[in-house]
Amino acid sequence: MNYIVKHNTIERRIFDSVVWSASLLFALGLLTDNALADSRGFTASNKTWQAECASCHIAYPPQLLPAPAWRRMMAGLDRHFGTDASVDARAAAEISAFLESNAGTGRKRGTDSGTLRISETPWFTRKHDEVAASAWNNPKVKTAANCTACHAGAERGDFDEHAVRIPR
Amino acid sequence: MHTLSTLKSISGLLLAGTLALAGLEASAATPAEIQKGFETAARASTPGFSAFSAQRGKQFFNSTHGNDWSCASCHTASPAAAGKHAKTGKEIAPLAPAANPQRFTDAAKVEKWFKRNCNDVLGRACSAQEQGDVLAYLMSLAN
Repeated sequence: MNYIVKHNTIERRIFDSVVWSASLLFALGLLTDNALADSRGFTASNKTWQAECASCHIAYPPQLLPAPAWRRMMAGLDRHFGTDASVDARAAAEISAFLESNAGTGRKRGTDSGTLRISETPWFTRKHDEVAASAWNNPKVKTAANCTACHAGAERGDFDEHAVRIPR
Repeated sequence: MHTLSTLKSISGLLLAGTLALAGLEASAATPAEIQKGFETAARASTPGFSAFSAQRGKQFFNSTHGNDWSCASCHTASPAAAGKHAKTGKEIAPLAPAANPQRFTDAAKVEKWFKRNCNDVLGRACSAQEQGDVLAYLMSLAN
């Protein structure tokens, strides 16, 4: 009798520690996975998108706007923020497909706020609300479209806020 | 039957190879060849066309044409050096072929950028004469 009780206790302890370490590992895994996702940034890429969209500015990651906004953007390339940025039909079809299949999702980046300017979306404004007006007006920054001025890894899709360096 | 399918696949490979070569050739041109194309178009569209002028091209390049920008707004008045996009500030590689051997070697690319930039600078397409003059100017620049 005594023996059985003792045996049960040992089994129980082993079982408990296995469950605890498993959940601990799982939690750790979740944390590191999130951290990794942040440092890896937006990695989706397409050659045509890169070639065409990075001629005049960095190729903004598709995740930064929702699919309906990209659709409107691609439908008006001949009047693209004051310039003609039209591409041929084949390139347009390829870029549209890439943008829409990698477009922003979720409540933050999947919501269409009506604007085509990434810098005017609610999440962008919130994320940058502590940046002083003088920083935006710095000639080294010039415009909110110039991600690279502060996010050195922007061209690789890396917007990790721990690496932000605001030029003086 | 076997020979026939082998022949079929060989001819298929040959066709694919020829198409690939044709594709390569279409994109590999020289500035002189591109200029030849403008000349043919100018002869057909401009009555009394005689020749392109680097001097006229230079003036065209540095002038505004009713809108805010000239070509030089982004490519600078020294297009053998790097330029800067007037709005985004992104660096633009030199435009003169002597300084940048990739320039004016891809007819489709030349067409795309003249279409866009003429729309921005003039609010219309550029004529073959205007394009040829600008290219004559750019080809006259040394590195």
